Amino acid sequence: MTETRSSDGTLAASVGLSDADLVEMYRYVALARALDERMWILNRAGRIPFVISGQGHEGAQVAIAWPLQRHHDWIAPFYRSIATCLTFGMSPRDILTAQYATASDPSSGGRQMPGHYGSHEHNLVSVSSPVGTQLLHAVGIALAAKIRKTGQVAMTSMGEGSSNQGDVHEGLNFAAIHKLPFVFVVENNGYAISVPAAKQVATPNVADRASGYGIPGVVVDGTDVLACYAVAKAAVERARAGDGPTLIEAKVTRLTAHSSDDQQTKYRSEEELAAEKARDALPVFRRQLQDAGVLTDEVEAQVAADITAAVDDATDYAETQPDPDPATAMRYVYAEDVD
Amino acid sequence: MPARTFIDAIRDTLVLEMRRDETIIVLGEDVGKKGGVFLATDGLWAEFGDDRVIDTPLTESMIIGASIGAAVNGLRPVCEIQFADFIFPAFNQLVSEAARMRYRSNNGYGVPMVVRAPYGGGVHGALYHSQSVEAFFTHVPGLKVVIPSTPYDARGLLRASIRDEDPVLFFEHKKMYRSVRGEVPDTDYVVPLGKAAVTHPGSQITVVAYGLMAHYALEAADRVADDGISVEVVDVRTLRPLDRETVLDSVRKTGKCLVVYEDNKFGGYGAEIAAIVAEEAFDYLDGPVTRVAGPDVPAVPYNHVLEDWFMVSPEKIADAIRKLAAY
Repeated sequence: MTETRSSDGTLAASVGLSDADLVEMYRYVALARALDERMWILNRAGRIPFVISGQGHEGAQVAIAWPLQRHHDWIAPFYRSIATCLTFGMSPRDILTAQYATASDPSSGGRQMPGHYGSHEHNLVSVSSPVGTQLLHAVGIALAAKIRKTGQVAMTSMGEGSSNQGDVHEGLNFAAIHKLPFVFVVENNGYAISVPAAKQVATPNVADRASGYGIPGVVVDGTDVLACYAVAKAAVERARAGDGPTLIEAKVTRLTAHSSDDQQTKYRSEEELAAEKARDALPVFRRQLQDAGVLTDEVEAQVAADITAAVDDATDYAETQPDPDPATAMRYVYAEDVD
Repeated sequence: MPARTFIDAIRDTLVLEMRRDETIIVLGEDVGKKGGVFLATDGLWAEFGDDRVIDTPLTESMIIGASIGAAVNGLRPVCEIQFADFIFPAFNQLVSEAARMRYRSNNGYGVPMVVRAPYGGGVHGALYHSQSVEAFFTHVPGLKVVIPSTPYDARGLLRASIRDEDPVLFFEHKKMYRSVRGEVPDTDYVVPLGKAAVTHPGSQITVVAYGLMAHYALEAADRVADDGISVEVVDVRTLRPLDRETVLDSVRKTGKCLVVYEDNKFGGYGAEIAAIVAEEAFDYLDGPVTRVAGPDVPAVPYNHVLEDWFMVSPEKIADAIRKLAAY
């Protein structure tokens, strides 16, 4: 574990963490970005047919997942949740085998499109493509946690576009009525594919809707990793204490097109895209940690080397993994007899 | 052995299963203090309390979607959709989510849950309290669909559905709730999913039916017996997975097949039975596979004359049997 010498610990202490925690958070943000960038290279090189990206969301994702307890709490993620899934325990190999749709892909064994992560081992619910549906699953998980008295918290995340789905309304209402241990995270990147937020939501913030359910709604700058962490920590504590759900809206940016099949310059100007780069949490967080003396040149170089090695390893691994055997394609429509 | 009504068999089974397994919860609209609009959950709330018998808001998609999540996290939800006609807001959760969770996660996740819903016409329920919705769901791999016709089967099949590891849609014909009685043993028996029953042995025509139509088929079989026609009635009981062998064995014996269902004829569940019989028992057929089903209007009209016009009846089935017998 990395120890820094020039930091006085003030920054970490301000959010109740250690310097080592901050370096670990940075590692996950940077790892998610590096994996994501590798996915685009592999797509452009013709190795994988499709990419859906989390670039611009990573800071908020790592920070918001951080207060949740691995192998205990639950997350119902969405297709941009690469950093969320890494933070909750999936490995770079897990992420890249999903891109290659290999037999060993733990999310789906190559059955789903890339980006549809999931892992029972890590309490990450399998992602589907109809958006917003996963909120109800997280609410049901929270309901079971309350009934079974497990002390678990369930979190789900989605974009602001998905937040308009009827399932979101139905689920928030129910979770609020029963004060379920539930955290709803909207990663608002300003676009639902091509449609800007102003044409999706009439209020300035999605979080403004929270009052209609009688729950707190919090807006947080997704560029500010530690602010996201503080907000999530409060929401998780509130949920665990039995005080009910919280709606967190993290204002993030989408640094890439919607997917590898989208051309975002058709609906976003060059000026806008250039300006949005300033809202990238990765360099902002790096600078913040450098300024506080938490991320020394030496530590940063080591983290970067570790990440490069992990991404290369995951790529090499996924490249050599076999495709699923069509003879297995009829399996698991239903449970198979175990006796 | 005590004789029970169809709905009593269902309610008592819920009670017995909830006593046996504390992970079972019941949720739906008015299922709590009121005990459901048909009283299928009457008394459950008093015995099991707020945590296990949950009155939901009017949110069918939430009822199904939250049940999926609860199943993922260790419970066995038995949810009630107040009328099958109102299940469509939850169609996405059933078809895109519950049905595919196991397949898409490569067996990482399963969804053990039951969706109970009253269906069917003949009760002056009109367009939105009469529908037969089974064909929408029997089409979907990953779902199981059960339609019992007797109190005995209702108990045994509901037990099997609750104990199953996958999502089961359990449709109950509402006209049968209090009009059908039968003996229900107090034992812990199970009627396995995927097993049809020959409810009336015969030699000349096979009639395949389920739910209320399984009763009407028996009545029709009695009527045509006076004409010297010997009918074998197969009650499929589980629509998916279908017990093909029992259906095909009967048709191979009789050489003729009439399929009866209450839903609209075009694309209804009986069309699949007809197709299977045509594909797999063609060499044994002495006449066209024939269907008696509801007319192709959007739903059952209210006025009683119009409703009678819509509904398949024992007379209509008997007429079709006579015609096929004469072929």
